[in-house]
Amino acid sequence: MKILVPVKRVVDYNVKVRVKKDETDVELDNVKMSMNPFDEIAVEEALRLKEKGIASEIIAVSIGLPEVQETIRNALAMGADSGIFVNCTSKLEPLSVAKILTSICNKIKPDLVIMGKQAIDDDMNATGQMLSAMLNWGQATFASKLEIQDKKIKVGREIDGGIENIEVNLPAIVTTDLRLNEPRYASLPNIMKAKRKPIDEMKVEDLNIDIEPRLEILKVEEPKSREAGIMVKSVDEMIEKLKNEAKVI
Amino acid sequence: MKTLVVVDHNNNKLEKSTLNTIKAAIQLENVDLLVLSDSCKDICNELINIKNINNIFINENDAFKNQLAEDSANFIAENFKDYANILFSNTSNGKNIAPRLAGLIDTMIIPDVIEIVDKQTFKRPIYAGNAIATCKSKNKINIITIRATAFEEAEIGNDNVGKIKEIGNLNVNNLSKYLDSELTKSERPELTSADIVVSGGRGLGSAENFQILEKLADKLGAAMGASRAAVDAGYVPNDWQVGQTGKIVAPNLYIAVGISGAIQHLAGMKDSKVIIGINKDEEAPIFSISDYGLAEDLFKAVPEMESKIN
Repeated sequence: MKILVPVKRVVDYNVKVRVKKDETDVELDNVKMSMNPFDEIAVEEALRLKEKGIASEIIAVSIGLPEVQETIRNALAMGADSGIFVNCTSKLEPLSVAKILTSICNKIKPDLVIMGKQAIDDDMNATGQMLSAMLNWGQATFASKLEIQDKKIKVGREIDGGIENIEVNLPAIVTTDLRLNEPRYASLPNIMKAKRKPIDEMKVEDLNIDIEPRLEILKVEEPKSREAGIMVKSVDEMIEKLKNEAKVI
Repeated sequence: MKTLVVVDHNNNKLEKSTLNTIKAAIQLENVDLLVLSDSCKDICNELINIKNINNIFINENDAFKNQLAEDSANFIAENFKDYANILFSNTSNGKNIAPRLAGLIDTMIIPDVIEIVDKQTFKRPIYAGNAIATCKSKNKINIITIRATAFEEAEIGNDNVGKIKEIGNLNVNNLSKYLDSELTKSERPELTSADIVVSGGRGLGSAENFQILEKLADKLGAAMGASRAAVDAGYVPNDWQVGQTGKIVAPNLYIAVGISGAIQHLAGMKDSKVIIGINKDEEAPIFSISDYGLAEDLFKAVPEMESKIN
């Protein structure tokens, strides 16, 4: 079984992002970048399927400027076998990413695509579902449990009221939620080994896909800030404030 | 120009956020509703008196009972080609179905909208709510999901009774199949619509210790929530999670206990009307957005609070 894992390079989880003064975007210069945490979970899940003898090959793909090859290397250092780097200088929306991934899936024919449910930069939560629609494959979003049985995949999904179990025919798209697994750290020998693993490069222009954005970003601004209130000295004072000042209990 | 709201429900009851989504849709124009279920009657009864809507379209099919994205997205793509806007609540159902629909009809989804500026311009949070993006849509059809806490509920009245009409035929998909679900049973109010939410973080230290919060929640008639750290540590189920990757809440009173106040948590609750923070670390970031902060050991403060509230 061949698994494709799309990975995105995003502002690191621990960075407090700041809006640029000209309100065109957030500040991205000299900011630490990392693999999207949900994508790390996707890589980890693919690795576990390989360790169980279910998957035979894991391919990590990333789209963007040459820097995204670092993110592919991270996936290779975790244990993926090879990478695909799609060189693209324009800013991409999930719709365009899904189209590019559709073209890659048609070419390399994976049995399963595992990807993060959302990227922590634009918080779109869309690419996996769009890709499934374009390929006409089944989708299992927000996965917290996954089991391959023959030509099907059984997935526990995180829904608002609890967990929902569904069964999807392969090939399929799975998007990962937080509790699916805890991703491993790449060991130093594996980081060294990853340097010799192959990354196939292609140019987005060669794919002949419309990647013109459909949403124009007019402005990126700070959210309304909330003023700090007061510190109270005791539980009694807290209850008094809640009752008589805020009138919420 | 017509606007469709895809109604979220559990086949018996309306998911409350649908009312907020309808309110948002009314800011666009000509609102119709769509109910896909194995049994539409009870849900329609809840919808029939909503003001300012035109038609309620229904399709009753056993397959819709499980609301698989493959079925719902195909059905909507086939039957609502002449709509300018299709809105969903940003619930787990909406987030599952809406982007698939957008992929089918080659349109860029506009998720988690918190403000409709004009008919083609929308505001939405990015970077876990640390920034707000204003997007102008060049889509021919806008597929939008609505963040319920950012909009009021649609008004109920009986001056404009919507007409119920059956529509379309479903070709049931053969890609995926529903098996079963394990729903969290709780006597407490639902987290996203509760008046009061009591939330715990890693400071609680264990699953057992959450019981002291649950006692306080039950005294107040509150829903229980948690930070991602508490969920990650396995203290509580994931559907308690409040934050950018969990649920977004905006109750009248949010009680954050043993929660330091990570950015990702604040993104899920900072629109609450009144926030109180209880944390023994007086430098905890939660205090910077709390209306009332108490820097005290939670294991002392919470039971005391529980005993003194009547």
